[in-house]
Amino acid sequence: MADVILKVTDLYKSFGGVAATDHVNIDVVEGEIHAVIGPNGAGKTTLISQLSGDLAPDGGKVEFQGEDITHTPAWTRALMGLARSFQITSIVHEMTIIDNVALSVQAHSGHSFRFWKPAREVRELQEPAMEALRRVGLEDRAHVTSRNVSHGEHRQLEIAMALAANPSLLMLDEPMAGMGSDESAKMVEILSSLKGQKSMLLIEHDMDAVFALADRITVLVYGQAIATGTPQEIRENEDVRKAYLGDEAA
Amino acid sequence: MINVSKWKLRSWINLVTLVLLALVPLLVSLTDNEFYLDIATRLVILAMAAVTLNLILGYGGMISFGHAGYLGIGAYAVGIPTYHENYNGFTHFAIAIGGSALFALITGLICLRTKGVHFIMITMAFSQMVFFGFVSMEEYGGDDGLVIESRSEFGGIMDLENNTTMYYFCFVCLLLTIYLVRRIVNSRFGMVIQGAKGNERRLQSLGFNTYRYQLACYVLAGTICGFAGALLGNFTSFISPEMMDWSRSGELIFMVVLGGTATLFGPLLGTTAFLLLEEYLPHMIDLVYTGGGVFWQFWFGILLILVVLYMKGGINGFLSRREGGN
Amino acid sequence: MDMTLLAAQLINGLQLGILLFLLASGLSLIFGIMDFVNLAHGSLYMVGAFFCATLTQWTGNFIWGVILALPATALVGLLVELIVVRKLYQRDHLDHVLATFGLILVFDTATQMIWGPDGIVVPLPAWLDGRVILFSDIVLPTYRIAIISVGLVVALGLFLIVTQTRLGMRIRAGASNRDMIGALGVDINLLFTLVFALGAVLAGLAGMMIAPITEASVGMGNGIIIVTFVVIVIGGIGSIKGAFAAAMIVGLIDTMGRSYLDSLFKLFMSGQNAETSAPAISAMLIYILMAAILAIRPQGLFPPKGR
Repeated sequence: MADVILKVTDLYKSFGGVAATDHVNIDVVEGEIHAVIGPNGAGKTTLISQLSGDLAPDGGKVEFQGEDITHTPAWTRALMGLARSFQITSIVHEMTIIDNVALSVQAHSGHSFRFWKPAREVRELQEPAMEALRRVGLEDRAHVTSRNVSHGEHRQLEIAMALAANPSLLMLDEPMAGMGSDESAKMVEILSSLKGQKSMLLIEHDMDAVFALADRITVLVYGQAIATGTPQEIRENEDVRKAYLGDEAA
Repeated sequence: MINVSKWKLRSWINLVTLVLLALVPLLVSLTDNEFYLDIATRLVILAMAAVTLNLILGYGGMISFGHAGYLGIGAYAVGIPTYHENYNGFTHFAIAIGGSALFALITGLICLRTKGVHFIMITMAFSQMVFFGFVSMEEYGGDDGLVIESRSEFGGIMDLENNTTMYYFCFVCLLLTIYLVRRIVNSRFGMVIQGAKGNERRLQSLGFNTYRYQLACYVLAGTICGFAGALLGNFTSFISPEMMDWSRSGELIFMVVLGGTATLFGPLLGTTAFLLLEEYLPHMIDLVYTGGGVFWQFWFGILLILVVLYMKGGINGFLSRREGGN
Repeated sequence: MDMTLLAAQLINGLQLGILLFLLASGLSLIFGIMDFVNLAHGSLYMVGAFFCATLTQWTGNFIWGVILALPATALVGLLVELIVVRKLYQRDHLDHVLATFGLILVFDTATQMIWGPDGIVVPLPAWLDGRVILFSDIVLPTYRIAIISVGLVVALGLFLIVTQTRLGMRIRAGASNRDMIGALGVDINLLFTLVFALGAVLAGLAGMMIAPITEASVGMGNGIIIVTFVVIVIGGIGSIKGAFAAAMIVGLIDTMGRSYLDSLFKLFMSGQNAETSAPAISAMLIYILMAAILAIRPQGLFPPKGR
């Protein structure tokens, strides 16, 4: 039985009386791709934000590699090996594509109280950054200012930044949001190539991608995890069908 | 190493400005008019302060409305020991640097836990606190200020009483500051600072404790500005709390914005434009409407509003548009 | 302990608090609703004082001076909003700060151009200029009590407007969620202009009330605007309740501090040390207070909900 790398127990978050995360239990096993699906407004981003440290839960526990990180700040979690990508692209628009990725590498290269050598000339930063860009197919756009690239390329950048951190656990929030079918297929390829190597918590709407990639799926509806299981189990689950999938996936 | 043929308009203007500044003493000896040396010395000192402000404001996105406070601290670091007959330049500058660093650290620890408007107001309040602190020091002149008779002594290494020497010392300090800021901005530290300006949440998400880096940047900028303050104290011989009034901080911000934020030479261009306007706008108004010159600040204020509304990116932005797009 | 002195200082502290509240509430509203940093708020304070001074001269009566100066100040606020401020809502705070800094220069010089460089004395009518005697031996100036009374009435009025009227409801909605009120069909432009004008009137009223004590003088707003910022930051930006509490605290501490700090210091340090350090510390007292409060609660004492 592989180790559990992320364990979420009884997580609770409410906004003005409405429970966005309603006593959720979920875990990610090492090497697996665990997808989280659910209708809009189910609280998926709220959930991932509490796991990455961007949002403080009201109750419950988050454990990473056995350590309680429920109240640990985001930057410490990142340094422990958690990397997150954002549903709404969150990059430094004024910097180039590679600068953004290099920052991700830099965070894991010791402290940054280094004032003299230009960061763009530091090979230990630039080479891994370029490598991450190659993995997602963005190497040709490395020196373009980020605000000038397309939406799809932004989504690729998000992944590159997460990969460049060389994380133990990748948490991706709708990496394919707003992508066309070609771009989505490419993204599925990239994520497939990580199967088994990286543990992943994947929030996605694209059902084809989810069923192609996921080892396990958890279904979130109105802040509650109503079912967890293999893709086949989820497909056949009555509650899930009623709440979310409908007859299309049958 | 430097390929001149690739230089754009902005680089030429920067170079010309530097060359002109380097040649000011020559101009003075030709025209026998010390006035130009006076205005140039003041210009390079304030430009140095503006460059440090640009580091935190332009590159770092920290809008400090209390930066003139460091000029004041540095100036009094020269004034107070001199008043007590300690003329040692090394002591003066050490106190200027130490005092500024300490003030920046203590206020920065508090300010940087806030954002946006809060940050602006708190930095303003802290510099007013220092202002009132010095105003209430009757011993050192309080509101009336302190007049000192001599400049810092460096025991034969350099004679600051000689105005030309003083000028070149300040000019070299300005150049060193610009160079230092250039290295800082492009370094790993600089990347974090710039990234935090663009998207602080994301930088934290990547693994950076942005508070620490911003605090370091803030202290660095304040300390170097304190050094500039010590230069100012030497230059003016009349040291008053007025130097650190919040409106002085506003003028510094204007100099930075006028020149173009987040550019190396923007603050120099902005300070030059600002001081030239301050000096010549009253005369220009008098030409059009005699006696109107005394109210030049009215037009200056309107100009400021127009620059904010219509001149995005300041002088640097204007020039880069002339160069033909980004 | 001299009871008259103590009472007088308490009244002064409360009066300063009331003035700060008038300034802070307007500024806080403007920031809370429009996210606009208005450095020139002190200029509106000054404009109110000068309008009142001139109108008092023309009508021969201070009360008429105030009554007529209020709409005049509102008009100035309106014009400022329409011509300059409106163009800046979409911009960042730095632009707000610089543009309103420019406005201060414009207002200060314009005031000088119109009224000259000297201050203008504003005479009080006899019935306000007298003394009130409490508990048979505490003598207090009538006018300062009048200021406090007017201020409290205005505070109550503001509270009622904000909590009981539709305008107030829109203000509160706007303070917690700016984008929503547009979606709800409220005319944003009109709301913003009204709020700005309201802020201007409150600031002007403060200026008018202080003018008989300090004279209407050029640049009188530039010092008090910083103290107003301290009040807002301590109280919580965007909160009227916070502005009131903080204004009172700051007003009292500043006034009492200046009067009694040296006595306090003398309790545990030598007379000479107390006398040299007390003036400096009392001048910095409210800033030290601000720093202390922010160190514990960076969002202020009563931050508005939903932010």
